[in-house]
Amino acid sequence: MYQNERVISGSSTSVLETNKVLRNTYALLSMTLLFSAITAFIGIAMQVSSGAALISTIAGIAILWFVLPRTANSAAGIPTIFAFTGLMGLGLGPVLQYYLAINSSIVFTALGGTGVIFLGLSAYALTTKKDFSFMAGFLMVGLFVVIGASLLNIFMGIPALALAVNAAVVLIMSGFILYETSSIIHGGESNYIMATASLFLSILNLFQALLHLLSAFSGRE
Amino acid sequence: MNWEMIGSAALMIAMLVFIFPRMRHAVKNAPKGTFEDWKGFLIPVGAVILFIIFLIQMV
Repeated sequence: MYQNERVISGSSTSVLETNKVLRNTYALLSMTLLFSAITAFIGIAMQVSSGAALISTIAGIAILWFVLPRTANSAAGIPTIFAFTGLMGLGLGPVLQYYLAINSSIVFTALGGTGVIFLGLSAYALTTKKDFSFMAGFLMVGLFVVIGASLLNIFMGIPALALAVNAAVVLIMSGFILYETSSIIHGGESNYIMATASLFLSILNLFQALLHLLSAFSGRE
Repeated sequence: MNWEMIGSAALMIAMLVFIFPRMRHAVKNAPKGTFEDWKGFLIPVGAVILFIIFLIQMV
């Protein structure tokens, strides 16, 4: 009897802990997305050059790799993730500026599409409670191949390869959203700052890939 | 070739170097998915593909 009570109590503590991580992740994610939208807007308003945007992106990724893992378990993790998302938003400025100049509806369609895909996939992972941990290898190999193909295409400049890479990025980032959400539900990710960083990157990459795809298929790129 | 292309390429090479050990670890240690598991992944991804086709028709 006592043992059963302890098991039930332990299980409910775990559920409470998971719900807390989920709630904190979504709260921080919405704030960081808003903050990166503001920095992207600043980038557009200040007409940041593509070189400055590249430096901003490199600085953001350096923070993600070298600073965030060291600060994620402390209060310093919050300003660090805002610095990371702010720099990534600023890095998006020239891309948004370009697409807003050729057809602003593409930007808003991509934005809305990203929101619908993220909410739909999150709702799917949360309601079915499926464990997507089996996808880790597949997603990492996919990401590695896509980065390798993008690297090749910097020098080769093949439009069809760029299109294929963007289509693959949409699918891989969709997989990462399912994987990360299921990881929070099943206790694989208990740090809401790291979970936010991972979901933020998936959303950002999904948005950029969708932007390129919509532009290419509308015949404006 | 300008410095931005070189910078982008350097960033991507750094990403590949950073991701490679994680990828190897994930491939070795991730649990294997059953047919049902993969079906649970393919259904939402199929819906995403259909949704993107719909968005492309819209623009």
